[in-house]
Amino acid sequence: MNSLTSITHNRLMERDKVAAVMVKMAELSKVILLPFIGIAIFLSIWTVTANSIDTSLGKFPGPVAVVTQFENLYQEHVNEREKAQAFFERQETRNAARLAKDPSYEAKIRGYTGKETFWDQIVTSLVTVMSGFILAAVIAIPLGIWMGLSRSLQAAINPIIQIFKPVSPLAWLPLVTMVVSAVYVSPDPIVSKSFINSMLTVTLCSVWPMIINTAIGVSSIDSDLINVSKVLRLSAITHVQKIVLPASIPMIFTGMRLSLGVAWMVLIAAEMLAQNPGLGKFVWDEFQNGSSDSLARIMAAVVVIGFIGFLLDRGILALQRWVSWDQ
Amino acid sequence: MSTFLDISGVDMVFPTPKGSFTALKDVNLKINQGEFVSLIGHSGCGKSTVLNIVAGLYQASSGGVILKNTEVKAPGPERAVVFQNHSLLPWLSAYQNVELAVKQVFAGKMNKTEMKQWIEHNLQLVHMDHAMHKRPGEISGGMKQRVGIARALAMQPEVLLMDEPFGALDALTRAHMQDSLMEIQSQLNNTVIMITHDVDEAVLLSDKIVMMTNGPEATVGEILSVELERPRNRLALAQDTEYNRLRSEVLKFLYEKQRKVEPLPQTKQVNKMQDMSQQKINKVVTINNG
Ligand SMILES: Nc1ncnc2c1ncn2[C@@H]1O[C@H](COP(=O)(O)OP(=O)(O)O)[C@@H](O)[C@H]1O
Ligand SMILES: [Mg+2]
Repeated sequence: MNSLTSITHNRLMERDKVAAVMVKMAELSKVILLPFIGIAIFLSIWTVTANSIDTSLGKFPGPVAVVTQFENLYQEHVNEREKAQAFFERQETRNAARLAKDPSYEAKIRGYTGKETFWDQIVTSLVTVMSGFILAAVIAIPLGIWMGLSRSLQAAINPIIQIFKPVSPLAWLPLVTMVVSAVYVSPDPIVSKSFINSMLTVTLCSVWPMIINTAIGVSSIDSDLINVSKVLRLSAITHVQKIVLPASIPMIFTGMRLSLGVAWMVLIAAEMLAQNPGLGKFVWDEFQNGSSDSLARIMAAVVVIGFIGFLLDRGILALQRWVSWDQ
Repeated sequence: MSTFLDISGVDMVFPTPKGSFTALKDVNLKINQGEFVSLIGHSGCGKSTVLNIVAGLYQASSGGVILKNTEVKAPGPERAVVFQNHSLLPWLSAYQNVELAVKQVFAGKMNKTEMKQWIEHNLQLVHMDHAMHKRPGEISGGMKQRVGIARALAMQPEVLLMDEPFGALDALTRAHMQDSLMEIQSQLNNTVIMITHDVDEAVLLSDKIVMMTNGPEATVGEILSVELERPRNRLALAQDTEYNRLRSEVLKFLYEKQRKVEPLPQTKQVNKMQDMSQQKINKVVTINNG
């Protein structure tokens, strides 16, 4: 009798264990299996449809063609770097030889002016988008806080924001270009004009969501907390530092995420339109180039652009987790 | 000698979209040092408005408040407020919440170790020393309110203002908090104005109960002196004739003299449904009768 109950007991335990494993499997499948299936279906649909689309540059590239182009792009990058390396080595030996003959000879060091690789374009775009975004944040967050604190300032600035917010980057670009070439004149510029153009266009388009969200966050702080600050007679600076900033951090980050998304989209468009270095220019050049590989290379760029956009968003989210008190 | 805290001739008129609304009309109240005063009245009569005027968060439309011969014009830590919803900064621990107040009030008067001791002392006073490094999100409603009280006490205020400090708590926690407050009060003998809607709480804690008439144009209706001996014990008082007399005085004021017939805020839909269920009940009644 006793042993019988213990057997059933064991069986029950076993069953519990199995159930627990099943639950875990179900969770795992949600995280891994389902996205995997989704991607697999997407790839097969892509392959099939790509095969049936004929363009003037040949068939639309399927996943395999794109992967091949990734390999090519990587190889081109490696080759280009080797060339650069060789160039510098040659230059060095030449200079050393000259110097040995004539000690008063001043060595000339020239930069390598090779073709920018796909990787170079990615780096350029990333640096540009981050510079433009950080500049926007430096303007938008203090201004948004100020607007949130002062109803009069909010009333004064709000119409301007509402009007400029929906303006497309393509409209700003010519203006920015003209102004930059008029104002930014230096015989030995630290950064190129095209970089400034792209960056300012990004700033102009991504500054608005951050201003708006910061201002909303600040003006919707719990009035009890404001009263605490009043009773304590906190100075304006302490008030902002101890109450306003922490309280509006979640909204500030919401604005930053929106802005960075806008910034990344705007940058690619601006680079295409203005032929400024970056991923946008890569896409445009490939389009103009019109070789049989072009579409696959553009598709590779599209994948990279999407992936970077995703990573940028995750980056802000991680920053928010790190800074914010409520997550 | 002049009164410690003198509220005289206070009117409060709020501008509203529908025209001005006179919430308070000629409120007069004198409070002595060390007195525990409760304000009681139906909700919406203007208790918080009185408290906010004393705190300096609102400016009276006419009349004013004089504390120790100085007119109250702006909020300040000498009139510390305990808000109904604790209003702790959710991103700071209990300790840091009190610290913010202490740093502000005692900057230059205490050194770092003294401040630390003073913060810990005040958290001990409200029995929160065991959880002082927890954030408001990690502690119960009663504990949050304790920290709010500790923060106010740590400012060493001349008047402690409390707006329904225990209103959001369950009955057991509330009783516990009232006992704590009496214990603290016996040590510190603060001047306190506390808003409450709980008759027992008012009688148990106060030296004076200020009963307010219904708004608009609310004012002080009656003032009841509570001369029960301290320390007070809620169980012993339950049998006490004087306690029960005071209690029924307050109840009489609230439910006879200032009886409030409040239309419950309901939507038409709900009203209709209630009418229908009422009809059903009527039917049932007739059937039963028949
Ligand atoms: N800032 C304000 N603007 C307009 N009306 C207000 C304001 N504050 C309070 N009132 C009105 O004044 C009356 C008294 O409010 P309050 O002092 O909060 O009442 P109590 O605390 O007694 O419940 C209410 O009718 C309320 O609607
Ligand atoms: Mg109130």
